Amino acid sequence: MSTITIKNLKKKFGTKLAVNDCSIVFEKGKIYGLLGPNGSGKTTVMKMIAGLYKPTKGSIMINDIPISYLSKADVAFMSTENFMYSHMKISNVSEYFCDFYMDFDKEKFEILISEFALEMDMKVGELSSGMNAKLQVAATIARKASVIMLDEPLNGIDLVARDQILNAIIQHATEDNTFIISSHLVDQMEPILDEVIFIKEGQFIIEGDAETLRIERQKSIVDIYKEVFAC
Amino acid sequence: MEFNASIPIYLQVIESIKKDIVSGKLELGARLPSTREMALEKKINANTAARIYKELEYLNIAYTKRGIGTFITESKDTYKQIKKELSESYIESFVMNMKGLGYLKPEVVDLVKEYKER
Repeated sequence: MSTITIKNLKKKFGTKLAVNDCSIVFEKGKIYGLLGPNGSGKTTVMKMIAGLYKPTKGSIMINDIPISYLSKADVAFMSTENFMYSHMKISNVSEYFCDFYMDFDKEKFEILISEFALEMDMKVGELSSGMNAKLQVAATIARKASVIMLDEPLNGIDLVARDQILNAIIQHATEDNTFIISSHLVDQMEPILDEVIFIKEGQFIIEGDAETLRIERQKSIVDIYKEVFAC
Repeated sequence: MEFNASIPIYLQVIESIKKDIVSGKLELGARLPSTREMALEKKINANTAARIYKELEYLNIAYTKRGIGTFITESKDTYKQIKKELSESYIESFVMNMKGLGYLKPEVVDLVKEYKER
């Protein structure tokens, strides 16, 4: 079952081509890793799927609906920008998200918050950057959206917290949703990915089942990554 | 679990389960965790965990009781077979390594006999 179908997607910023003729089908029940170095176009692709950037060319269908306010209801997106208000307590964040998103699950959010060793009465403005990152992951995953996209969820996060986040992803990836996770921390992500997409200069250059790639190339995803992106 | 780079993850987990069966850490007939529990325990993707269970069933190492769970086989023959298989593969890699160093088989045997466990 396909969730997202992307055809000949292109995005230009002025004269700079950020995403160049990308096509792919994302299936239900899988975790996708969008892997590439800084500036390769990962975030641009995600923002187009989230409906935040308008494609210059090409089409994106989510559950057979073109990108619109309707498709946005199906997509939970965690951007790398901080999107939490510092005056709120975590409990306010929960209510705030509940008001905005029909599919926000307060109970799930509270469980995630405790799994992430945070507390509901903590103030957002007083959280460390790692704690804030965990809060953003929790708020995104707590939505029962069919597409969950996390842009660099492991950035600036300590080892213990990384495990907490990876566990949360393993736990909340079901047969009914699609996870798309961008990262350049390939070694950390590798064991939990079903499919990998390597993006280089705005193009999908390798794409496929992670285990199949390991078998075919007799190499880990990390080593393939190094091979592809080493200059 | 730490994973080796070039071998598919599902094969590495199967190998570790085989080891646990032979060493007795996993008893014959023991119930295995659910796929999601296994995924969390080994920090792997749930689909990979499902694939591991399918493969274990295919190899007759485990079987599924519908609605109850997946269990390690009770067959002693399978146990013996796994033990034989594992020991053979360890011996093979050991002997290959020793050959690589230029030892002949009788010398290797002598060295093993002389070897004192620490």
